[in-house]
Amino acid sequence: MTGTDRTAPAPGAVPDGPDSAVPLLETRGCGKTFGGVIALRDVSTRVHAGEVTCVLGDNGAGKSTLIKILSGVHPPDSGEYLVDGAPAGFTSPRDALDRGIATVYQDLAMIPLMSVWRNFFLGSEPTLGRGPLRRFDVAGARRTVREELRSMGIDIRDVDQPVGTLSGGERQSVAIARAVYFGARVLILDEPTSALGVKQAGVVLRYIAQARDRGLGVVFITHNPHHAHPVGDRFLLLNRGVGMGEYGKADITREELISLMAGGAELEQLAHELSREDPVPEPGVRGKGTPEAG
Amino acid sequence: MTVAADERLAGTGLARRLLIRPELGAVVGAAVVFAFFAGQSETFRSIGGVANWLDPASTLGIMAVAIALLMIGGEFDLSAGVLTGTTGLITVILATRYGLAIWVAMLAALAVALLVGFLNGLIVVRTRLPSFIVTLGTFLMLQGINLGVTKALTGTVQVSGLRRAEGYEQARAVLAGTFSLGGTEFRVAILWWLGVTALATWVLMRTRAGNWIFAVGGDDRAARAVGVPADRTKIALFMTTAVAAWLVGSIMALRFTSVQANAGLGQEFVYIIAAVIGGCLLTGGYGSAIGASIGAVIFGMADKGIVFAGWDADWFKFFLGAMLLLATLANRLVRRYAEEVRH
Repeated sequence: MTGTDRTAPAPGAVPDGPDSAVPLLETRGCGKTFGGVIALRDVSTRVHAGEVTCVLGDNGAGKSTLIKILSGVHPPDSGEYLVDGAPAGFTSPRDALDRGIATVYQDLAMIPLMSVWRNFFLGSEPTLGRGPLRRFDVAGARRTVREELRSMGIDIRDVDQPVGTLSGGERQSVAIARAVYFGARVLILDEPTSALGVKQAGVVLRYIAQARDRGLGVVFITHNPHHAHPVGDRFLLLNRGVGMGEYGKADITREELISLMAGGAELEQLAHELSREDPVPEPGVRGKGTPEAG
Repeated sequence: MTVAADERLAGTGLARRLLIRPELGAVVGAAVVFAFFAGQSETFRSIGGVANWLDPASTLGIMAVAIALLMIGGEFDLSAGVLTGTTGLITVILATRYGLAIWVAMLAALAVALLVGFLNGLIVVRTRLPSFIVTLGTFLMLQGINLGVTKALTGTVQVSGLRRAEGYEQARAVLAGTFSLGGTEFRVAILWWLGVTALATWVLMRTRAGNWIFAVGGDDRAARAVGVPADRTKIALFMTTAVAAWLVGSIMALRFTSVQANAGLGQEFVYIIAAVIGGCLLTGGYGSAIGASIGAVIFGMADKGIVFAGWDADWFKFFLGAMLLLATLANRLVRRYAEEVRH
């Protein structure tokens, strides 16, 4: 593992207060219902270039619905979705992609049995020649992938190895590099660290920072405040489909983030429930303490 | 066995690299089978013997390569064997009963083959039913048509007399003739087979379509998510298989000048077995056209080798089963290896 120089998030880059630049993406009071179920209600957030917007929430908080709106799968039922300050009007994910909004899904990122370079260019293969002799520029593709990954500081031994032999973190990193290469201005990352161990998650967080430093706007969806806090510039909290406010990095500590995410009072309640009434030093020696024994 | 030994050594770069080649199992298998029969029979290892066992390998190989592409794309075609009979029957019937020139009759058969392939593909991508079931349906329907139409037209279960058709000699020279190499006559079908293998390998390894074939077989949803035209790719693969069936059907019809109504029946599994021996995974996304061709060579050698060695031809079936089992086990190791670091 070669150590890449880790760029500390610059405090000055946090655009709190009135924003001068037009955000790349903006939702204003967005909502979405499926049948009778309100999946998302009144969510407002912004994504700026060179900034990471973290979307935090527990399972069922509406994170996936928000991704689907941002990536053009569903239009919002209420509120506004603006891209570069103008209504998005996406009818398919392709529209979003054409505007430079790339989504990396946790499970759909790569095809395990195909090599890194084949995966990297899948669907957008560079070609040489024309007519029936039009062919995949294999040498060029290999070279480009090697260079791209190196410039992102991704250390892949061999671009010919099947993606299935990469670790989960490496796979997410390659997917991020791919989106960056294909001209993404906004990167939407769906739970890129959720299935990873601590070390692997660190690898992915580093590439999120890399993408940010290249001037991309990043939407980082996660349920893990420990992953979100070090890399995020602003934090959108979702709970049961409702936006619970957006915070700049300076406005919130990691502990507050954790507490807000778990619903504060709920967590205290849980802590109370789980705490022992009196400490039992040797559990299991004399069986479980019976209620009458108290 | 060899593969298992390599698997344990998988820490070294070269072993890993070799192991990941889909053709490896087939190459080892072919070498073993050749050595075995060459030791049993002198005729087998003579140049005349080689020409002899390359003959069945060639027609089987054309089909195995097409089926391999389809399997890499994640689908099966059980109707391919019977379709070789259907196309042969159409050509012979049109040329002998309706007096069409042989090339015209063959073009008509090609059109029917393309239609069958297109329908197979369309039903599979539209309904998302397993292609195993869909093509089992077309397989049985074609089998019924082959028998029914042949009986209705001739009162027997075969059509013959292609020799009298206009353009027969010319077509035969192109598709079913022989060529001389070092004083030995080889079947022209061998050249077609080599050409098909080379073309399929080029498409697979060096074109966009090849990348899409691997992708739709490896993970259909992931492929669609990055904009691969998955439905078009799959339909094209079914049509390619149908064209291969037409080519083989025509070669057979021209060689024998007659076609049995049950021609090609039972061959569909041999194609799949040859492709699997050549390294194709039954689950799709992995395999090789060259491997499938080598798989076909193994069959050609066994088919003729058993005869040369003076054994009962019934042993061929036993051999077929044993090869399939060994190849599937070897392929499973490859897949495990390719995905071992997943989590």
